[in-house]
Amino acid sequence: MAGFVLEFERHIVELEETIERLRALPTTSGVSVEDQIAELERKATELRRKTFADLTPYQRAQISRHPRRPFTLDYVRELMEDWQELKGDRNYMDDPAIVTGLARFAGRNVVIVGHQKGRTTKENMHRNFGMPRPEGYRKALRIMSLAERFGRPIITFIDTPGAYPGIGAEERGQAEAIAKNILVMSKLRVPIISIVIGEGGSGGALAIGVANRVLMLENAIYSVISPEACASILWRDSTKGALAADALRFTAPDCLKVGAADEVIPEPLGGAHRGSDVTISAVGETLKRHLDELSELGPDALRDDRYARFRKLGAMTTAPAHA
Amino acid sequence: MTDQDGAGPEWFHREHGGKVPKGEDSRPPNQAITGMWTKCDGCSEFLRNEDLEENLQVCPQCSHHHRVAAHVRLEAIVDDGTLEERDLDLTSTDPLGFVDSKPYPQRLASAIAKTRENSAFIYGLATINGRQVAIGTFNFAFMGGSMWSVLGEKVTRLFELSLEQNCPAIIINASGGARMQEGVLSLMQMARSTAALARIRDAGIPYISVLTHPTTGGVAASFAMLGDVHLAEPLALIGFAGPRVIEQTIRQVLPEGFQRSEFLSEHGMIDQIVDRRELRSRITTILSLLLD
Ligand SMILES: [Zn+2]
Repeated sequence: MAGFVLEFERHIVELEETIERLRALPTTSGVSVEDQIAELERKATELRRKTFADLTPYQRAQISRHPRRPFTLDYVRELMEDWQELKGDRNYMDDPAIVTGLARFAGRNVVIVGHQKGRTTKENMHRNFGMPRPEGYRKALRIMSLAERFGRPIITFIDTPGAYPGIGAEERGQAEAIAKNILVMSKLRVPIISIVIGEGGSGGALAIGVANRVLMLENAIYSVISPEACASILWRDSTKGALAADALRFTAPDCLKVGAADEVIPEPLGGAHRGSDVTISAVGETLKRHLDELSELGPDALRDDRYARFRKLGAMTTAPAHA
Repeated sequence: MTDQDGAGPEWFHREHGGKVPKGEDSRPPNQAITGMWTKCDGCSEFLRNEDLEENLQVCPQCSHHHRVAAHVRLEAIVDDGTLEERDLDLTSTDPLGFVDSKPYPQRLASAIAKTRENSAFIYGLATINGRQVAIGTFNFAFMGGSMWSVLGEKVTRLFELSLEQNCPAIIINASGGARMQEGVLSLMQMARSTAALARIRDAGIPYISVLTHPTTGGVAASFAMLGDVHLAEPLALIGFAGPRVIEQTIRQVLPEGFQRSEFLSEHGMIDQIVDRRELRSRITTILSLLLD
């Protein structure tokens, strides 16, 4: 696990390890160890509170990519019943960077679409680090159209560094695949809820994110470009990611402010990677509440609600014309 | 490269590698060389500027397409004097308070001063061979035609205008991608403009997308790739990711002609590759065949 420890939480993890070691000592050591443990635990809690109360945007970006965060299939496993994965775009291949399927959630039949990352190197090779090719988006489109035909709400889980930039992906129309999803999602007459559970990487994220409600986990990010890529372009130095992260305002509270997100779902102290169960059940409850609300709307109203939601996103004013 | 004015997505553009034509100001780049003569980027012949202008910056010898100013391009397509330009005064409010080496409002101000336009997109109602259209074109010289709130709003209004007037929509695309200075709001423009396009499609109104050099990133991955008909200028760079990003990801040299119009045509993404000087007549015929 050592490799999964982020730099800024290292001192917390070290303290936790010390506590574990003390706990493992034979009880004959006496009362003083108990006191020591209690003291260290108090310290650890304090440290956690201090570290996580005031995370920088770049720290949040790092948390958003943490391999121990719950991924799409973790939510599916914990929250859904009768999960039936459906695969393939019916044209070229199945793209494992996006998973789609049918499930039952809180008594409703729903359709699931989500980016899927891997935890191990082998899994990540298979999932392409959660970076879809055009076929992933076309599979998602096929399943979302299925959802509309059968009147099923769509729940999408967003967690990708971005759409895959590769030769084959370009040859087979990556841009068109993303564009088509955005177009079709904007017209669907069923409820769509998207949850950014980790990384919301640009067009590759938006391609399954044109929803009536866009929810974000507290440490998730939603950005037009990764902080590292932005830094290498604007600061000409990819190690200036922290500077770019401050400027890009991609954290959940910032996205809420400009309307790109509708609600922020709190994570347990220490981040979702240190409290999967709590995170997943918080997502489940929030999801259910929004689904209940959206179920009040008819098919046309759902489509119009989505149009209105995106129509107002922007920041502009009229200014005197150029001299 | 200390001065980044007018850059923005040209940063993306530069990142794409040095293979794309230079030129980051409103003039075709080659005209900077001399007052009277211009060296062609395609065949290296010296051409009279008058001849180039007459040919919409297409080389009369080798047909190389140099960059052309937005208004010149638009006026060459629509009927003389019919363009009623809209929303000339829309501009950004700097929603993020973005600062890198310079504050975003300063970059905007220099782009406005340089291009004498308020935005990277001009549009309005016009007629083409007597037929009313809602038509818009990117102004690549304005921060690389990058996607920002104003652009998203104008493209959305173009489609809404097309719906209201029940007339065809035409967009001449040229964009290096997203404008980082507007962060996630830049990304959201893809969705709002495309949602407006969805409405005219459902209303049975045609939309022609013209792809010019370069059309990449968020613009490519939204309305640019959703035309009923795709016309592309020769040798235009068109794609989702820029070549440099792809090379860095896959650690391979890209094949010759990768992501150029001809390559996209082979892969089924483009209907026709059209010489700029023939765009007007080609659009006229296609609209007539669809609508008359
Ligand atoms: Zn030439």
